[in-house]
Amino acid sequence: MTALRRAPGFLLQVGLTLLGLLAVTFFIGRVVPIDPVLAVVGDQAPRDVYEAVRIELGLDQPLWWQFWVYVQKMVTGDFGMSLVTNRPVIEDIARVFPATLELATFATIIGVALGVPMGIAGAVWQDRWPDQIVRVVGLVGYSVPIFWLGIVGLLVFYGILGWVQGPGRLGVFFEDIVQPVTGVLLVDAAVAGEWEVFWNAFGHVVLPSAVLGYFSVAYIARMTRSFMLEQLTQEYVVTARAKGVSEARIVWVHALRNVSVPLVTVIALSYARLLEGAVLTETVFAWPGLGRYLTTALLAADMNAVLGATVVVGAVFVGVNLLSDLLYRLLDPRAK
Amino acid sequence: MSEAAPSWRDRLLSDAPRSRREAKLGQLYRGWLQFRRNRLALLGLVIVVALVLVAAFAPWIATHHPYEQNLAQRLLPPGSQGHWLGTDEFGRDIFSRIVYGARITLYIVVLVALIAAPIGLLVGTAAGYLGGWVDAVLMRITDVFLAFPSLILALAFVAALGPGIENAVIAIALTSWPPYARIARAETLTIRNSDYIAAARLQGAGTGRILARHVMPLCLSSLTVRVTLDMAGIILTAAGLGFLGLGAQPPLAEWGAMVSSGRRYILDQWWVATIPGLAIFVVSLAFNLLGDGLRDVMDPRGKK
Repeated sequence: MTALRRAPGFLLQVGLTLLGLLAVTFFIGRVVPIDPVLAVVGDQAPRDVYEAVRIELGLDQPLWWQFWVYVQKMVTGDFGMSLVTNRPVIEDIARVFPATLELATFATIIGVALGVPMGIAGAVWQDRWPDQIVRVVGLVGYSVPIFWLGIVGLLVFYGILGWVQGPGRLGVFFEDIVQPVTGVLLVDAAVAGEWEVFWNAFGHVVLPSAVLGYFSVAYIARMTRSFMLEQLTQEYVVTARAKGVSEARIVWVHALRNVSVPLVTVIALSYARLLEGAVLTETVFAWPGLGRYLTTALLAADMNAVLGATVVVGAVFVGVNLLSDLLYRLLDPRAK
Repeated sequence: MSEAAPSWRDRLLSDAPRSRREAKLGQLYRGWLQFRRNRLALLGLVIVVALVLVAAFAPWIATHHPYEQNLAQRLLPPGSQGHWLGTDEFGRDIFSRIVYGARITLYIVVLVALIAAPIGLLVGTAAGYLGGWVDAVLMRITDVFLAFPSLILALAFVAALGPGIENAVIAIALTSWPPYARIARAETLTIRNSDYIAAARLQGAGTGRILARHVMPLCLSSLTVRVTLDMAGIILTAAGLGFLGLGAQPPLAEWGAMVSSGRRYILDQWWVATIPGLAIFVVSLAFNLLGDGLRDVMDPRGKK
């Protein structure tokens, strides 16, 4: 029950982090060289109109009060209006978020499906060729610019080989066939039984998620390897060997069970990290997700949208970290 | 090396150095011998040194003017008409632009390191040494910055400050100091209760002096390793900002921006976008290799 007793302090910490996050975005919003009053009244406005709008916007209040108002607005999801789409930022984000979710989920599936076996192979055959491959994959993963990887991927797999569909989320001919229900195209298409749409969407998602997933593969393989190495030197492994348990069973059953707990945290973290890579990947592949929404807003100097998207990404990041922490406590009896 | 006396190697490696300076040199030399054994790290060092040389002697290495347009020679493939790596959409020589781009890359990396590392060092050592509420507040702030994905935060800062290379440097520096603060704090915690710190305090040294003269120097080696390892990340973030059109502005020959402008021609003129990207890849790989090698030498605890 200690977990319950520690809960308030834990939640307080998360709350403080989120508050700090808002403080940072508030600060960024304040240092913008654009005068918010001028944006409303124009630079020809007489002095008294200017003052009236300034008071209306609450800019005559002390800074801490402005911050308090800001926090209240953000917590209730009032991110203001987007200058580009002329709609509430929160609605825009709700519309584009599923696309990013789809991409990040696919990338994580790729990351786990390839990264975990690679990491295990690297640990079992330490310093032999499988280990060298893990090392090279990791090194390249930490060094390659993701937007470049995406462009080269497009050139090779779309331009030369023609294995996948081009940029975008769906071919022009397939648009508006399926009614958005969940916003995740593959799910919607499958539910509606539109298999042609499904396969077209699949052809579009494969390459961007593979590019994004490469980073998960690199990270997950590296971490799995080091967790596995740690387990394979433990005494219970020696005991199991002495008892004649097969090597495969030791690795895949005995050790993997112990590795799986920290691995859950790593996978959750890599999922959150993908949000970052998504900004660049979505730009390369014209993928209509949160990342592209953010960059489009940036280039249009649409501050409400930029800060709204930043807060959402930050909150998701904190949320996933919290979740992985809780999962760790739940799965590992020692953490209690 | 100047001490070309026949026994300089023995003197450096001897267990009984004759002076403090000799001891220090000996330590450096041993580190170098260890570093030298790591082929990949050596390769990284060679590439980084080459980058510095290319940046320094860019006007002599470049075959063409990096900004001179020649629309009659646009989008030429590599190797044609004296353009080793071809030309871009304005007929500018890609090789020369990459050579000049090395200057921009180095400029960004060095400036970010010079801004972020001291901030991290100051915050970390102060938090670790002073403890109490100072520690709590500073570390909370650090955690907030760590809670953001750094590229997203850098994007938000650039949005506020406006695009441009200086603003990109400030944005990246503002997002990259927290890990340094963490490291400096951890190092400080292990040494704050040492006898020599107590001795310095008894002799009347103030907090500032102890931090600057007795604590910070000991944090430097692990910080150097971390900064070197982060250089790759800084290069990638800067290139990413350039790619999104928020870093260096045209016509500056920034590698990320070059990839971005060449993207439109990728299916027909592949070299315009892929070659500058390759330059980013090679340089950040070199910094990673160098950083790994340095870590093995300077920070044996971090070895896996």
